[in-house]
Amino acid sequence: MIDIIFGHYNYWIVVVLMMAGFYTVISRGNLIKKIAGINIFQTSVFLLYISIGYVEKGTAPIIAEGYTVYSNPLPHVLILTAIVVGVATTALGLALVVRIKEAYGTIEEDEIHDQDMSL
Amino acid sequence: MIDTLIDITLLAFLVFTAVAIIRMRNLFVIIMLFSLYSLFSAGLFAVMDAADVAFTEAAVGAGISTVLMLGTLALTKNHEEKPPSHLARLPLLVVLVTGGALVYGTYDIPSFGDPASPAQTHVGPYYIQHGKEDTSAPNIVTAVLASYRGYDTLGEVTVIFTAGIGVMLLIGGRLMRKQKRKDQR
Amino acid sequence: MKHNLILRLIAKFLFPVIALFAFYVQFHGDYGPGGGFQAGVILSVAFIFYALVYGLKTTEEILPPHVLRLLASSGVLIYAGTGVVSLLMGENFLDYDPLSSEPAAGQHLGILVIELGVGITVSSVMLMIFYAFAGRGQP
Repeated sequence: MIDIIFGHYNYWIVVVLMMAGFYTVISRGNLIKKIAGINIFQTSVFLLYISIGYVEKGTAPIIAEGYTVYSNPLPHVLILTAIVVGVATTALGLALVVRIKEAYGTIEEDEIHDQDMSL
Repeated sequence: MIDTLIDITLLAFLVFTAVAIIRMRNLFVIIMLFSLYSLFSAGLFAVMDAADVAFTEAAVGAGISTVLMLGTLALTKNHEEKPPSHLARLPLLVVLVTGGALVYGTYDIPSFGDPASPAQTHVGPYYIQHGKEDTSAPNIVTAVLASYRGYDTLGEVTVIFTAGIGVMLLIGGRLMRKQKRKDQR
Repeated sequence: MKHNLILRLIAKFLFPVIALFAFYVQFHGDYGPGGGFQAGVILSVAFIFYALVYGLKTTEEILPPHVLRLLASSGVLIYAGTGVVSLLMGENFLDYDPLSSEPAAGQHLGILVIELGVGITVSSVMLMIFYAFAGRGQP
């Protein structure tokens, strides 16, 4: 039991964070807050990947004398690029929010929906 | 031992920050908390031996995305989120069910830091053993990024470029100038 | 922030330091942590910092948006072009072995060039995005 807790608490907390982001996305109507929620979700997925790549008593995957155990470099590569791609796509989302604000005068989802229905 | 302690502390900070982001309604505070969240996760990446990733997350998450979000806030002039009109029961249910399923799924994942897990025994050891002689770059992350998986990275760079073009098309600023000229006439 | 003397002075001192650090990260990426992605972001942060203190107009005079557009596309071109060069030299796409006399040296050269392309694209795209957000609605 203790083994399971110590071996998995990292994943559980990552799931909690993921769900916090997911909840923000589906329950709140403010578009900026939704994007913050998406980013929380995204960062927790990164944490999950890096947790899987971690090796006990290892070190960062930069080959040096005196070290034999390194953490897995593959998740690092995937997440490194994903972070930068993530900020680029976040910028795209924020640009859409700016355009929505200019077109509708609001960034609250229900008000946008009302305006669309009243047309 | 000290690693585990730092790990647990940072994870606790992350959970507190995430809950605070859900509960806060001032958008400025939310953005600042999100920046803090990125910084904590960068620390966590560093604890989990992912130096490159921590570096990137600290520069990108805590730096650029905060600036961009603040820029959006300045453009939308909307500083307070509307209070939710009703308790969101359905989203809560969805989240609890999904989270429960995911936690159930983690029982099949090998323990945290297990050197014998499939992720550690598949292609990773090859990179670590042969990376330096193949590419003469001691940093294996760079070797994999640019050489072994160079095709992958080409795609990522193209995605970034495309996103940049998209932002330029959406809010490049030409429309506003044209409107202004029309107004002056 | 146009009238804040301390900020203006510190920005002037810090700009070269941040830019130098970006170049260090760029070209030292195969020995230590770093590489094109991080270096590009850090370099754009230097310019964003400058723009926050001195205003967008001054920064756009130093680095005009049309130059950025050119840089952003040339980075991708450098990356894909390296792949085409290795293709023409009789190897697979993005296999850098034939770029130099020794395969390992060729790989090293290839990684440096690729990372340069990545750095150029990332930094100019990030700055392009920042310009778009900061310049929206301004005359």
